[in-house]
Amino acid sequence: MTTRKIAVIAAGLSQPSSTRLLADRLADATTRQLQDLGVDAEVTILELRDTAQDVVNNLMTGFPSPKLEAAIDTVTNADALIAVTPIFTTSYSGLFKSFIDVLDPASLTDMPVLIAATGGSERHSLALDYAMRPLFTYLHAQVVTTSVYAASSDWGSNGDATSGALPDRIERAARELAALAAVSDRSSRIVDPFALPAGFSPVGGYGAQ
Amino acid sequence: MSTVNSTGMQFGIFTVGDVTTDPTNDTTPTEHQRIKNILTIAQKVEEVGMEVFALGEHHNPPFVPSSPTTMLGYIAAKTERLILSTATTLITTNDPVKIAEDYAMLQHVADGRVDLMMGRGNTGPVYPWFGKDIRDGIPLAIENYALLQRLWREDFVNWEGKFRSPLQGFQSTPRPLDGVAPFVWHGSIRSPEIAEQAAYYGDGFFANNIFWPKEHYMRLIGYYRQRFEHYGHGKAEEAIVGLGGQAFMAKNSQDAVKQFRPYFDNAPVYGHGPTMEDFTEQTPLTVGSPQQVIDRYAGMREFYGDYQRQLFLMDHAGLPLKTVLEQLDILGEEVIPVLRKEFAKDRPANVPDGPTHEALVAKRDAALVASESEPAEVAS
Repeated sequence: MTTRKIAVIAAGLSQPSSTRLLADRLADATTRQLQDLGVDAEVTILELRDTAQDVVNNLMTGFPSPKLEAAIDTVTNADALIAVTPIFTTSYSGLFKSFIDVLDPASLTDMPVLIAATGGSERHSLALDYAMRPLFTYLHAQVVTTSVYAASSDWGSNGDATSGALPDRIERAARELAALAAVSDRSSRIVDPFALPAGFSPVGGYGAQ
Repeated sequence: MSTVNSTGMQFGIFTVGDVTTDPTNDTTPTEHQRIKNILTIAQKVEEVGMEVFALGEHHNPPFVPSSPTTMLGYIAAKTERLILSTATTLITTNDPVKIAEDYAMLQHVADGRVDLMMGRGNTGPVYPWFGKDIRDGIPLAIENYALLQRLWREDFVNWEGKFRSPLQGFQSTPRPLDGVAPFVWHGSIRSPEIAEQAAYYGDGFFANNIFWPKEHYMRLIGYYRQRFEHYGHGKAEEAIVGLGGQAFMAKNSQDAVKQFRPYFDNAPVYGHGPTMEDFTEQTPLTVGSPQQVIDRYAGMREFYGDYQRQLFLMDHAGLPLKTVLEQLDILGEEVIPVLRKEFAKDRPANVPDGPTHEALVAKRDAALVASESEPAEVAS
């Protein structure tokens, strides 16, 4: 059976956090969906609070600590990514964005991504579509159509007829991500950090020869 | 105190020339004081037996060295053996014609004790202030240097490029001393294009090495060495490598830690970020006894191979002049003599010495003799 690496970012700040709770549910659902496709999932969950200080230091010094570098490698070398953030003041949390900011902007190209968020009120659910989705689109990731927003009330309600209850939405999003993850070869790609741009000449192109 | 460089390694000081408030007493030197302090520090570098003083180039406060050859010209007159260098010369925003002339002039003034380190600069607005676009950083570094090469090597240059007006029959003046251009290093933090450029020309490659972990620079220097060999300048271990470094010392390591911590915690770049303990573990910054500095830097060649030049940053973050001069005394008296011996141990014979004007002239002359002794081509 083939194996795909799934990285999960949980940007919740408390421990335990509902963000982690949602991340776990999404990871489990994705693993099940992949199994249905005959693929094993190797899931690594990163709680960003564990590297919060390292992320700030990286912003200031320009380089990651060994611990943060390992976390970054886990994310960028995955076959698919599940990104879950709390919504703070109408958008993804500052810690979540700071982590994204220390990534090489090209490192998520082609990455299948499932975006999800938690919040106190259902009224912030569109933050996924006006903040999270454009962020990953800018990074040239493939964001699956269904995003999952879990307000506090969602953990104890049956949802409505059109969108279904939280477990239904989790399952639908996981199915979409699994379809892309199953055919993703990102984790086996070899990236040459010294690849020169096409057409590069050490003497330039103008009158220098 | 005269020192004969018997190990092939050159040691020196490089400065960014920041005007920073001393966090221990809240005093800030004036620009004038800082400029005079830099000139004093440079003379001290020769006095304590080091070979190189390299000056940054900046066009924005809090940095003062906007006009490196003015300061280096003064230092040339006040010293006898010191090699005057830059860290770095902005190859992107300076006109290569002016670089060619300024540094050929400095070569004459300093009797050949001059080399340069090319850099792109990391301050975004400097590009538009000098009429350039930061997105052209690499192409500017490539094209400007290609022109600079020709200006120093050809008496009359016809030139057409993308970034400056064409030249027809232009001769930069004065011509390089003894007809030999100053040695050039290329500094880069992360761009393989610049390592490639250095390798193509057989120039030196300098890894600033201060702010990032060694693994990063090991990869970059390894790449440069490999490409140096590819371009036929010699074996990989014969490539010319320079490294930056940073230290603060006291007889007892705990005193060094205590004395340096307020400067570290408030320093430009990394201040208010990682702890000094984390930063010293993750970068070459060494705060402790002279022996700790010796141990750390004697180990560098295990990571980077035998190299030619080690520069230390010693005068930043608001450290007062008196402290900097004391640090240079410790470096010159206790650290560098031991490092010279350590670097000389098992250094392969084919590893070149640090570059000097005399060596470049001798190499050029030897090449001329060799080409004259070859059988002349028969005219057909």
